[in-house]
Amino acid sequence: MSVKKGIEVSIAASIAAQLARVEVVAAYPITPQTHIVEHLSEIVANGELEAVYINVESEHSAMSACCGASAAGARTFTSTSAQGLELMHEILFIASGMRLPIVMATVNRALSSPLSIWGDHSDVMAARDTGWIMLFCENGQEVVDTTIMAFKIAENRNVLLPVMVNLDGFSLSHVIEPIEFPSQKDVDSFLPPYKPLYSLHPDKPVTMGAYAMPEIYTEAKYAQEMALINSKGIITDIMTEFGERFGRHYKPVETYNTENSDFAFICLGSINENIATAIDELKSNGKEAGLIKLRLFRPFPKDELLAVLKDKKRIAIIERAMPAGALNSPLYNEVASLINSNKLDITLENYIVGLGGRDVHPEDFIDVFDMKIAAKTDKNYNVIGVRE
Amino acid sequence: MAKPMEQYKWHELNVGCVIDEVGNAREYKTGDWRSQKPIWNDAKCIKCGLCWLYCPEAAIYQSQEGFYRANLEYCKGCGICSKECKPGAIKMVEDIR
Repeated sequence: MSVKKGIEVSIAASIAAQLARVEVVAAYPITPQTHIVEHLSEIVANGELEAVYINVESEHSAMSACCGASAAGARTFTSTSAQGLELMHEILFIASGMRLPIVMATVNRALSSPLSIWGDHSDVMAARDTGWIMLFCENGQEVVDTTIMAFKIAENRNVLLPVMVNLDGFSLSHVIEPIEFPSQKDVDSFLPPYKPLYSLHPDKPVTMGAYAMPEIYTEAKYAQEMALINSKGIITDIMTEFGERFGRHYKPVETYNTENSDFAFICLGSINENIATAIDELKSNGKEAGLIKLRLFRPFPKDELLAVLKDKKRIAIIERAMPAGALNSPLYNEVASLINSNKLDITLENYIVGLGGRDVHPEDFIDVFDMKIAAKTDKNYNVIGVRE
Repeated sequence: MAKPMEQYKWHELNVGCVIDEVGNAREYKTGDWRSQKPIWNDAKCIKCGLCWLYCPEAAIYQSQEGFYRANLEYCKGCGICSKECKPGAIKMVEDIR
């Protein structure tokens, strides 16, 4: 029997890891991820989860310990935010290159400097090319469900890649929401114990992460890239299976009201709920706008996105990260590449919102729809609300 | 490896490039890297074995007489043995091949 209760999303995320019967947790506390790892340490200390909790001195060590634990065959979980993710950066590539199915809850937060503990996507966007599968959550229920699915995706023999479950700092991590928890029995049936393809064991020695000469490095990276690209079908299948078992249905690309409009927003994470509110408001005034929610960012769900994009005339890409000198923000560049390679005639607009925890209001999206936010500079994008 | 490295296609590699064949590092003859080689002066050698101990490639072996020599298939010519030799019995000389 599943149980529904009002609970802080961070605590819910740690309970999801507990339901997944993680065997090793190595983490270093950082705001706004703290409650996730604090609660997990309590669960382990109270004997409610048979796991090893490794206290480390940094995120670099946290991810390194996770790599070791996963290489030894343990189901491994960690969580971090912002500076912590960047301190892990080097090891993120090692986890994906060594094909270690680690699951990490990344509580998205702005990067210093200036120092900010508040939410945006500058951390994950700086880590987007690390070879991890990247899923984004819109609400607390999705955090719980996605965390459970993430282990099944990561550990699939045809995937064997680390998975990052992204949830927005504070606006998601620190809110209390009604969340339905599946029973341990049902999770066990969905997610059997992890059986590694290779593991570090003295009875059968193997070498992981060995040196690759120029004669073989290209083939090694190509194999990894193919695994990442091909994981999309398995991710879709696992989302479908989850829906059949638990009654909550997910897809790599989800839509809201797109069938009624040739305009759509595209966005990642919890801001999708604000946009949906704006769409409802527009609808009550006789205007129709659609929303395309990307639940999967890596591998980029090109076919699924194309299917909903192809009959659109105008798209607004909403993103919580500065382009850092690029022509546009990261998600825009992906969508533009997809549209260009398919020769679609769609007007693209790029809006940067919610940096460093700046509140994002549904009215902002109504203004975007009504084209009230005109480009004031020669930039390719608009930063909503910036005082000029 | 079952065949030379440059003949492997991407889908023939183990997941994560795991090496599950124990001890295949010996197939890689690191002696190719060498520009210098160690020469022992047995008259100075006290048979302490420090060269054998310090060799990072385990390429130094002890002869039946108790003196040390380098296996030139693996000796990279790094010179650590020469540097560590207390009586100065090991000299690095240019290795022209």
